[in-house]
Amino acid sequence: MDFAFTEEQTLLRNMVQRFVQDNYDFESRQKIVDSDEGWKKEFWAQFAELGLLAAPFAEDFGGLGGSAIDTMVVMEELGKGMVVEPYLPTVVLGGGFLKHGGSDALKGEVIPQIIEGAAVIAAAYAEPQGRYNLADLTTTAKKDGGAYVLNGHKAVVLGGPWVDKFVVTARTSGGQRDEGGVSVFLVDKGADGLTTRDYPTVDGFRASEVLLDNVKVDEANVIGEVDGGLPLVERVIDEGIAAISAEAIGVMKMLVDDTIEYSRNRKQFGVPIGSFQVLQHRMVDMYLNYEQSVSMTYMVNIKVDEEEAERKKAASAAKVQIGKAGRFIGQDAVQVHGGMGITEELRVGHYFKRMTMIDTQFGNIDHHMKRYAALSD
Amino acid sequence: MDLAFKDDDLAFQKEVRDYIGAHLDDEMKRLGAQSKNGYIDKDGIVRWHKALAAKGWVAPHWPKEYGGPGWTPAQKYIFDLECARAGTPTLSPMGLRMVAPVIMAFGTDEQKQKHLPPILSGDTWWCQGYSEPGSGSDLASLQMRAEDKGDHYLCNGTKIWTTHAQWADWMFCLVRTDPDAPKKQEGISFILIDMKTPGIEVKPIITLDGPADDQQEINEVFFDDVKVPKENRIGEENKGWTYAKYLLEFERGNTYAPSIKRGIRKLRQIASAEQDGQGGALIGDPDFRAKIDDLEIQATALEFTELRIFAELAGGQNPGAKSSILKTRGSEMQQRLSELLVEAIGTYGQPFVQDTFVKSNEPRPGPDYAAPIAPAYFNYRKTSIYAGSNEIQRNIMAKLVLGL
Ligand SMILES: Cc1cc2nc3c(=O)[nH]c(=O)nc-3n(C[C@H](O)[C@H](O)[C@H](O)COP(=O)(O)OP(=O)(O)OC[C@H]3O[C@@H](n4cnc5c(N)ncnc54)[C@H](O)[C@@H]3O)c2cc1C
Repeated sequence: MDFAFTEEQTLLRNMVQRFVQDNYDFESRQKIVDSDEGWKKEFWAQFAELGLLAAPFAEDFGGLGGSAIDTMVVMEELGKGMVVEPYLPTVVLGGGFLKHGGSDALKGEVIPQIIEGAAVIAAAYAEPQGRYNLADLTTTAKKDGGAYVLNGHKAVVLGGPWVDKFVVTARTSGGQRDEGGVSVFLVDKGADGLTTRDYPTVDGFRASEVLLDNVKVDEANVIGEVDGGLPLVERVIDEGIAAISAEAIGVMKMLVDDTIEYSRNRKQFGVPIGSFQVLQHRMVDMYLNYEQSVSMTYMVNIKVDEEEAERKKAASAAKVQIGKAGRFIGQDAVQVHGGMGITEELRVGHYFKRMTMIDTQFGNIDHHMKRYAALSD
Repeated sequence: MDLAFKDDDLAFQKEVRDYIGAHLDDEMKRLGAQSKNGYIDKDGIVRWHKALAAKGWVAPHWPKEYGGPGWTPAQKYIFDLECARAGTPTLSPMGLRMVAPVIMAFGTDEQKQKHLPPILSGDTWWCQGYSEPGSGSDLASLQMRAEDKGDHYLCNGTKIWTTHAQWADWMFCLVRTDPDAPKKQEGISFILIDMKTPGIEVKPIITLDGPADDQQEINEVFFDDVKVPKENRIGEENKGWTYAKYLLEFERGNTYAPSIKRGIRKLRQIASAEQDGQGGALIGDPDFRAKIDDLEIQATALEFTELRIFAELAGGQNPGAKSSILKTRGSEMQQRLSELLVEAIGTYGQPFVQDTFVKSNEPRPGPDYAAPIAPAYFNYRKTSIYAGSNEIQRNIMAKLVLGL
């Protein structure tokens, strides 16, 4: 048993930390968020240069051959800066789909593009009606010669406005919520019939509604098995959960530290508010929630490559922990800050918003409680 | 002990329902459903205020001599219920509920004549100048200085978190008139400031819900050599703390349950409209339902607590330290409600719409009802912070109710 990070992982962490320190202090982050583009493309090139985009890919494709633990390290540090650039959509989700499901040709073509920073990808797996059920799909893909024709509406695709390609889930057969009949496609953003409606999110990211109107996709761009795509989708989303858990502990760490610091400096009744026992206990509970979340994040990232049932349970358990702890920590961080906590001026409120939205990504507490329960039967 | 309404109560209920039905316009309803912070725009609030004032119903808790309707506790409760049922706009409380009782209790005849009628009619908008950057929970430490200049005070300092200062004609304000008083509570006076006086600057504070221009809930207000005539002081010089505390008990002594129950009805509607991803509606999910039911049971407990407390009060009285019970539990339930709404809308909690009041030709991402929900959840963290934080309320109850 060993919970130590390798030397490479420590270097990786230091590198991301330095990037965040140099480029992503709170003020700079808000400038990026408020800009027209909403992200900084130069940073993406910098990510490529630093090798961040190469971290989890096999050496055959020019990657660094890292594991989920490497991704965890990167995501935790990005979380501390509330970095908006689409690392999770592109590298973890887009890259994950390709890694686990792409044909050799597709992998050989697209993974090097991701690594170079030339392909930015978002995952369009959710639909307006589907809540968190990955199989609930009304988007259809109909075979037409050597191609598929896609029609449908994908919801809240994070990073959508910035990307070159979408990974799209669609139904090639079966009923709306059948496990079979799900297929996965890599679709160019510029494809005829594909339109997006772009918007900011409440936590400073950008997303799109993606509308597919007779979009033709060559069968070479099918990722994984036709009709048998659901296990792939589930695996990649579980990896997304492992990654977003790491982001979440980065966010939590900032919330906990900022709150402790604020309570030391803010004086009322002639003393620092941190001297009030009721607030001390609250902050201790925040800290306990954080520590438990760190443990669950390690757990899920260690287990994410294990066999399916084990992986699913680990992912759902982690997501429940992150959701509950995130709510507790976020709400109490704001409370201890008093009025300052609900202003846009301090970063604590922005971390609180991000934390809240993390629960709505990849399934919330209730969804994963149910999934866990079903797996425990 | 019984709950049954008498025949005349039932007749009254019908009268209230009919009047609300005839005067609550569609625009007020639309904005109400789209509000991120519990308020609609100034125009709509004033329109509703005037509609109630025309009928003599805008100030249920005022004594009759000042224009209150003279209702029984049952009638007040019925009125609250009917307002909540219909979803009427939240009125601005600063004039009607806060400064008016203080003016009635401690103001001069001139002050009463000058200020109470326009508060009642809805012609003046008030804001509350209590908190300062360095003085929140420890309000008595406030620093804003009012120097005695013979016929007027010269005021310098900063107020913060001032709700709707940008719309206000008047501010009631706590200022330090005696910086050398032995106790910090003793050197404070309660004055009324005309917001048009030179030297006042109002700066918006942007809250987490991302308000549209001019719709911000709170502000910082700067005072630079602002002259306030001495006749604008309420009561005695340096006795302002007594009046300030009197006011706070009114500020906290609201009913919460009727509006929470209305919110729960809205939550049920939304959960019926939301799909569960398994072919049914979210409202059919037993886990989610249990959370709604749990909140509704808590709200019923609060409702009956409110009924018990208010039944004992005659018009113009306030519930004293017991108001802390209502404020604490009421705010916690408001927050829980806002949390469940976020859960209900799932992924569509994410899109941000800045001005939810604007009718746009572009369809919104997600259902229309979703846009204000996450912002409102962020905004409603305020309820356990303002009007005395819930920690402070618990300190008050420990001391004054439990005698610890
Ligand atoms: C939306 C909103 C609207 C407002 N509107 C107005 C308005 O119109 N006019 C106005 O004057 N003010 C207004 N306020 C201000 C409000 O009354 C203050 O925010 C409140 O009194 C808390 O003060 P603070 O923000 O300085 O927090 P602080 O007093 O700094 O408190 C920070 C934290 O310390 C805790 N704390 C402080 N003292 C103790 C203690 N003794 N024991 C345990 N815990 C303690 C608090 O509970 C809180 O969690 C508004 C605030 C908000 C958020």
